[in-house]
This record gives sequence, structure tokens and C-alpha cells, in this order.
Amino acid sequence: MDTVHASLTTPRTPAGEHPPQDERLPAIELLGVEKLFHSHGSTTTAVGGVDLEIGEGEFFSLLGPSGCGKTTTLRMIGGFDQPTAGRILLYGQDVVGVPPNRRDVNMVFQSYALFPHLSVFENIAYGLRRKGVPSAERSRRVAQMLELVQLEAKSDQRPRELSGGQQQRVALARALVNRPRALLLDEPLAALDLKLRQAMQLELKRIQREVGITFVFVTHDQNEALTLSDRLAVMNAGQVEQAGRPREVYEHPQTRFVAGFIGTSNLLSRRVRAIDGTTAVLEAGPDERLVVPGADLAQARVGDVLDLTVRPEKISILRVPATDPSACVLRGTVTEVVYLGTATQYAVAVTASGDRTGSAGSSDLIVFRQNAADATDVAARGDDVWLSWRPEHSLALRPGPSAASGSDPAASPVQGESDGAQQR
Amino acid sequence: MTAQVSLRPAPTVSAAVARRRRLHVRWHWLLPTWGWLVILWLSLPIIVMIVFGFNATTGKFNFTWQGFTLQWYRQLFAIPDLTNALVNSVTISVIVTVIATTLGTFLGLALGRYVFHGSGSVNLVMFANIAAPEVVLGAALLSLFLTLNVPRGYLTIVIAQVMFSIPYVAITVSARARSLDPAYEEASRDLGAGPYVTFWKVTLPLLFPGVLAGALLTFALSIDDYIITSFNAGSTMTFPLWVFGVSRVGVPPQVNVMGTIIFVFGVLLALLTALAGRRRA
Repeated sequence: MDTVHASLTTPRTPAGEHPPQDERLPAIELLGVEKLFHSHGSTTTAVGGVDLEIGEGEFFSLLGPSGCGKTTTLRMIGGFDQPTAGRILLYGQDVVGVPPNRRDVNMVFQSYALFPHLSVFENIAYGLRRKGVPSAERSRRVAQMLELVQLEAKSDQRPRELSGGQQQRVALARALVNRPRALLLDEPLAALDLKLRQAMQLELKRIQREVGITFVFVTHDQNEALTLSDRLAVMNAGQVEQAGRPREVYEHPQTRFVAGFIGTSNLLSRRVRAIDGTTAVLEAGPDERLVVPGADLAQARVGDVLDLTVRPEKISILRVPATDPSACVLRGTVTEVVYLGTATQYAVAVTASGDRTGSAGSSDLIVFRQNAADATDVAARGDDVWLSWRPEHSLALRPGPSAASGSDPAASPVQGESDGAQQR
Repeated sequence: MTAQVSLRPAPTVSAAVARRRRLHVRWHWLLPTWGWLVILWLSLPIIVMIVFGFNATTGKFNFTWQGFTLQWYRQLFAIPDLTNALVNSVTISVIVTVIATTLGTFLGLALGRYVFHGSGSVNLVMFANIAAPEVVLGAALLSLFLTLNVPRGYLTIVIAQVMFSIPYVAITVSARARSLDPAYEEASRDLGAGPYVTFWKVTLPLLFPGVLAGALLTFALSIDDYIITSFNAGSTMTFPLWVFGVSRVGVPPQVNVMGTIIFVFGVLLALLTALAGRRRA
């Protein structure tokens, strides 16, 4: 037991002296990790072949709807579930089969799981006691943690005497005091109300910056993931759909699922009319123009149906035709105008039928227009308008890995742009 | 991104609340009265027992009030056979409580936490044990001891009482274990504790209210058990056996006094438990 533990806690590479081949040593690596659950004769795939690489000191989020396998993935990293297949490496060492008490990672549970029979101090000191840290150092480190989470005054209280946000911070302190090589957080903010959640998001970010420990954060809240993460992986049906920096994932969603799950997306399905170099020209009405640039269309042929997405804030809404001849242009009728404070949301019914969009099952395109100082309402309900956006904001989508099984393998192998966690 | 709509409770709710409040005022005396009647009904036998421990009776029978005295408290141990029977009962109960609570706690933890091969059968056997008539259990145990040629006495009483007490502990503990978030134990493992340390530092303290309830129940069942004990006692005398034996020729008032002391001890124990629970909460 001690040998395994000792090798996991060997001092890190001193600052400024990185291993030669890679600038950032991956803290956590998942290789083909799979988890099947058997019950009553049936088998369900919770996680189906996940590959991830999480760098040291990164704030990494696993984002997805409930049941997508994100919590199971986290629990496998923590050692609470064992993968059916695949390998999990912590700093290069395979930890499959190693029990949680001998893994140098700590978890913040969704329910916090603070020991109700122990004081706040004793809760935080629990891990240090188990490691046999001498009493003086123990007190010093617990006090340091209480200061970090700003709960010095609550040291002697029981967890149930604290508010939800305070309990959350104790759970964080209890895990961080052990100086783990990675901290696993299972939807830690889900139980808090909106105001407190937003405050805790900033708090988490601050703490992560101060301690510099790798955070693996599970959430179903896309805003939370975008706000907090250095990088994130979007999961669906036990698979990673896309991984990358928040901006990449938001601006360049690669699959239908990612485009629909993160932010508001307009999804259009149109037949390819012509291929012009690397640009596909899609079917559109007279006076309209719909093009999708990108090398990833190499496999698309004339006559194929192509899925594409445009983010609502990239679309301009105009009363006259756009002047830029290269821009994408669609005509439509405004069906709804919603004032959102900082922006105004327009729903516009475009002329061609058969399009699917991302919001509320309506077939309208959604447009956000910033309510800047000089902005006026450009259109009202029932007005005929021109929608226009730059061609590079038309993004071609491929079906996700979960939907791809059985389909044409040459469909569209999109090359990810993320530098770290790639799907393999 | 989408507009938030806040939902307020409909204003008609307040009318319903007012109607319920009026109803509450008209019938507010019913529930307390009913409650006090039930309490009186339940405590009447105990009151009689305590009062007749102070009765200055002169005859063999202690049925009519003849004046107040503390004589029976002074002469509590004047009847050696009774004293001996009480000592047996108390020591048996303590031993039975320790053994049954230990075994029942582990059984309850297993039943509450895991579904294992045979866990359904174990549950069934436990409930059968509680449901079976005590006379049948007592007679069956007696024939078992006779078949195995085990001499009846102190040991067979302990075995019999442990047998019928285990299910009560197991059921209270398993109910507690079922309601326990498994994340507590996972958190303990996560923080570096092995399975044994986790059991002693986290699982057992969290199960403790269930364990304590099971132990108190066992003690109460054990100290006044008559039927099963009477089958398996041999020549060993316990407090209930002795009282039943002398009931036809007249129960001495010392029995009331001992009953009172056992009762007061039980109430104190229950109060302490409740206080400990309140401090915990």
C-alpha cells in the first residue's frame, strides 16, 4: 500500500524544468475507457470508448446531459467504478484496479458527503489523519484551508449548521487539504440557487488558480462549463462528441449534438447544389445565397444533404439586401421579437421548408442583435427581412460518434483544432 | 438566452388556507384529548405497579390499598430466590444485548446495503422469526436442545434469547443503512481510509442511532421474556419465571418495587437516547 502511494506522490517536476518531449505532462489520460452495467440480464453502456487527455493544472469540464456517462467517467477516474475495458493513467501510471484510498486524486461529491458526526475542522482533517500527518502540521494545514475558503469562524460547527454554499466550500477544503494531483468535482454547484452558484463559480475559478491543481469538473450546465473551463469535453450517450477550448467548441461545433447542446444554434439541412473548390453551394431561393466553406467538405458530393449551423449572434438582420456579394443571404419573415435586455432576439421564418433549428422545435432561425447605444428595433413581427452572415460562420456538421456507428465511414472525418484532448 | 418567467402562487390559495384554519380552531381540542386518553390507557398498568410497591399490605396478596410504606424498598433483597432470579435476568439481558446487537448490526448492514445471493431468504427468515408464535419457537428450541443433548440452563436461555432478538436489531439497523448515502463511505475511501477504518470512523457512527435502538429493544425484550425462556430454562430461575411461579400463592410487593426500578431504568435510558439524538441533530 505504501509503495504505491509513495510513487504517486513523488514530487512534481520542478517549475521551469519540463520533460523534453511534451511541454505539459498529461495529468490524466483515458485510453479507450468503457463501462458496461449489467442488471437483470440486460447490459447498458454507460461509457463507450472514451479517450481523453487532461493536462496538469487544467480546469477541465465534462459537459453533457444527464445519463451521458460524464459522472461514470469521473467515478472511474476516482476509483469508485472500474472500467470494463480501457486504461486510466494518472501521470503515466495505470490505476485501473487501484482502490480510491490509494489514488492521489480527491473528489467533491454532488451531495458533498460531509461527515455529519464530525465538526468542520475534523471533516477537513480527516484525510490528513488517515495519512498520519502530525497534529501540529495538521492544524496548520486545516487552518490554511479554512482561510482559503473563508470559513475560519465555522471550524467547530457541524456541517448541518452551515448553509449550502458553506457546506460546498468545506467539501472543497476537505478534498484540497490533501494536495491531490487532481481534484474531481461531481456537479458540485447543482444544489445551489442561481445567485450563489454564480458566486461559487468565481470562487472555484479563484481557488483553482491559487492552488494550481488539475480540476476535472462534471456539469450539465453549458454556461458553467464555458465560464470555468480551460478546456471541456462534450459528452453524449457515453461518448465524447467534441473536446477543446470553450471558444473552439462554441464557435466551431463539429457535430449536430454539440451545436444543439451548447448555446442556441440554428440548424439547417440543405442539398448541395455545386462544389466550388473547397466551398459547397447549397440550395437556396432566388436572391439567396447559402455557402459552406471548409476543407472538411472534401467528401461531400453534389446532391448530398448537408447539415450546417450558424450561431444567432453571427447573423445580421437587415431591411435591405446585403451589400457584400460573398455573404450568405436568406430571406424571411419575422415571427417573434423578444427583448432580452442586453440583446433582442428575433425569430425569422425562412422561405425554404425542411430546415430544422435548435430552439424549441420551431423551424425559425434565431437571430440575436446586441442592444448597443445606437441600436433601434430593425424589424417588427410580420416584417420581411434579409438575413446575412459571413460564409465562414456557416459550419458544416457531421453526425456525432454515437450516431455514426453503421453509417458511411467516409462521411466526413473532421480534423479537430484542439491542441490537447483529441478524439481518437 | 431565453426569457425567465417567474411563477407566483395563485391568489385563491389563501381562501383555502383560511377555511382550513377555521376548521382547525373548531376541532383543536379533539387531538390533544385523544392523545391524553391513549397515554392514560397505556400507563395505567404501570401506575398500578408503582403505587402497589408502596402498599402497606399484610396478607399474601397485594391487591387492595392498605396505606403507604417504604418497607418494601428497605427489604428489597429479603427474598433470596427473587434476588437470585433478578440477578440472572439482568446478567442474561446484558449478555444477550451485547451478542445480539453485534451480530444484528452486521446482518442489518449487509441487508440494508447489499443485494447478495440469499439476501431475500435471510429477510424472510427474520420476519418469520418475528411473526412465529413464541410458544412454537420455545417448544421447537426445547426439542432441538433435547435432541442435541444440551443441558438446559443459563446458556440455553442466552442462546434462545439471542436467536429471537437478532431480527429486531437487524431490521432497525438495515432501515438506517438503507437511508445512508453511500457517498459518505466513498468520501472516506477517497480521503485515504481503507475499508476497516471507514467502518469504524464513518459507517458505525452514522449507523449508531439504529444500533442503539436495536440494543434497547433487545434489552427490553430479553429482560421480561417469559414464554421462550420457560421452555429452555431448566432449573435456572429468571425474574419473570419466578414472578409467574409465585403468582398463584401471592406476589410479594418486592416484585412491584423491582418492576418499578427496571421501569425507571428503562425510562432513563430512553431519555438519554433522546437527549443524545437531540444533541446530534
